[in-house]
Amino acid sequence: MIRKLFVLFLLVIVGFFLASVVVSVPFGAEKTIVGRYYLNNTIGETGGVNAVTSIVVLYRGFDTLGEVTVLFLAATGLAAILANTREKRKKHKEKPSLIMRVGTDYLFPAAIVFGSYIFLHGHLTPGGGFPGGVVIASGFLMLFLAQWHYKADELWLKVIESLAGMTYVLIGLIGLWKLGTFLGNFLGKGTPNMLLSAGIIPLIYIVIGIKVGSEMTGLLQNLRETTENE
Amino acid sequence: MSEALRTFFSPQILGPEIFYGSSVGLFLIGLYMILVKKNLVKIVIGLSFIESGVNLFLISLGYVWGKTAPILNKPELMKEPVKYAVDPVPQALVLTAIVIGVAVTAMALSIVIVIHDKYGTLDISKIKELKW
Repeated sequence: MIRKLFVLFLLVIVGFFLASVVVSVPFGAEKTIVGRYYLNNTIGETGGVNAVTSIVVLYRGFDTLGEVTVLFLAATGLAAILANTREKRKKHKEKPSLIMRVGTDYLFPAAIVFGSYIFLHGHLTPGGGFPGGVVIASGFLMLFLAQWHYKADELWLKVIESLAGMTYVLIGLIGLWKLGTFLGNFLGKGTPNMLLSAGIIPLIYIVIGIKVGSEMTGLLQNLRETTENE
Repeated sequence: MSEALRTFFSPQILGPEIFYGSSVGLFLIGLYMILVKKNLVKIVIGLSFIESGVNLFLISLGYVWGKTAPILNKPELMKEPVKYAVDPVPQALVLTAIVIGVAVTAMALSIVIVIHDKYGTLDISKIKELKW
């Protein structure tokens, strides 16, 4: 009880100082010059109509490579932490119902197609490689939940993920070789608003989508409890 | 329906404070969960709450009154993007932050699983090494 009161008192203090800082920032006003620059030049310089995607993949492409690395490290670290507990987490579970099993059979391809759609159209619509990859992984999550015999092949996941990561670096190196900048846009800009436009943005987002999808699938498989009587 | 929603979210009724207020509120709820809750999974959920509060704050920083998403797929948007679209920079940064947040949550959950294996409980008051 005393601890709760103490925590509430602390929250009031933290909230007061946070609010006093937040109130001093004007809401709904234009603030950054760099944002205006990106908006004005995204079509001319990158060919992509989605300014957010152009920033993430081209203007700050190197940063995104680091982000992908962080996700990869988290997946690897999780596998390393959970490596010894796999055997202990065996649990007897009830068999999923027929409706779930049959339903996921039909929903799984739809999830894959939808995820691919999201990362293929990253330069045209909201979305991109990360959400698309997560949608693909959610398709695998459905299979994990509904069909307990199902198991994704970990070797193939690793191979696909590594190939995708290497392709990302390779695209960057081709840009370095052709234009002198890492991740330079060496392909044509094309007509804005078309599927085949924006140079290397779709390529990189396809690679990121595949990489994130296989990474998250491996991560979910590691978190999942193995069933006893397989 | 959308008209009613628009008047509800207009500055006259709720005011811009709602966005900043809810981001601070989410942050405080998450902090409360981390400090008071004893279940480790709830503490991880509190971490996610703090993260969403910060993300909401960053997103609302980039908002400009009456403007639309920075996807320039219409002729008038292509011609004068600054006049019609909001600031894309905070959105790009928050995209990164969300991905890092997923990685952090996954790592935290894996540590929770290991703790549960070792002590057989998720209650931090029963795990003697963690008492405060």
